[in-house]
Amino acid sequence: MIAAHINGDIKQVEIGTTIFNLVTDLDIAHKKIALEINGEIIPRSHFKSRILQDGDQIEIVTAVGGG
Amino acid sequence: MDLLKIGTRSFESRLIIGTGKYGSFEETGHAIQESGAEIVTVAIRRTNLGQNASEANLLDFIDLDHTTLLPNTAGCYTSDEAIRTLRLARELLDGHDLVKLEVLGDPQTLFPNVSETLVAAEQLVKDGFQVMVYTSDDPIVAKQLEDLGCVAIMPLASLIGSGMGILNPWNLSIIIENLKVPVIVDAGVGTASDAVIAMELGCDAVLMNTAIAAAQDPIMMARAMKNAVQAGRDAFRAGRMPKNLYHASPSSPTSGMMPPSSKK
Repeated sequence: MIAAHINGDIKQVEIGTTIFNLVTDLDIAHKKIALEINGEIIPRSHFKSRILQDGDQIEIVTAVGGG
Repeated sequence: MDLLKIGTRSFESRLIIGTGKYGSFEETGHAIQESGAEIVTVAIRRTNLGQNASEANLLDFIDLDHTTLLPNTAGCYTSDEAIRTLRLARELLDGHDLVKLEVLGDPQTLFPNVSETLVAAEQLVKDGFQVMVYTSDDPIVAKQLEDLGCVAIMPLASLIGSGMGILNPWNLSIIIENLKVPVIVDAGVGTASDAVIAMELGCDAVLMNTAIAAAQDPIMMARAMKNAVQAGRDAFRAGRMPKNLYHASPSSPTSGMMPPSSKK
């Protein structure tokens, strides 16, 4: 297992987990989201190829009400 | 047709509204509809995870075929944070490039940090964004932001969420006079008359959130604002009569008056 930081919380994931696996597991694969790892934006087209590394800082954002 | 042209886009409505502070997503959706706004602002925040992952999203309540989303950088205090937020927004919204830049300077007043705003604006324009920018009502800064390539300059009328109205119409007039790109009052409008005044000054549009969301009846206020912006725009285009400070001018004919009655 490796540790990934997701929106500030630490989550243990299997070695070899892709972003696609992660967002599917989090039940947000179908949602309108944008995602960055260690400050780098990962396009949705790379979700299946990008494999999580130990200590990755992942931020997942969406649009909310605001002025 | 009197269209509002911002960057490469055109709009019929000159009212832009925010989507924060509403009681529910349904109410947000109704308010947008009633306001006639074609541009609505959204904020970018961490998505809900865990038990809340299946919660409804604001975007499910907005008619995205007829509404242009304007992602903002609310809450950002540095140019780096603002740029990062809007790059994520562009990814989130499938390459959407029209954005609202705001870099704040102080949590008490939410006054813009104009030096950080200038840095962010320059970078975002280079990155291909069409930048609508929240700024102070300083005419020099407004001009600098236009020169950097921003597609709309959005000075505050008074503090964000204060409802204090148009506190410095003279500065706004100077900005309107000096700029070629649309000038949009962003922040400070409290009620319909404030929106009318902004439009009568010659602003190209008005952006508001709290004035509608915090009204006792937000849906009715959304309608009031739609009418106010339209009335102010029409009055501006019609051209007001000159002011006569010291002399009245009768509206009825002065000839044909009957002589004073002679009592016997």
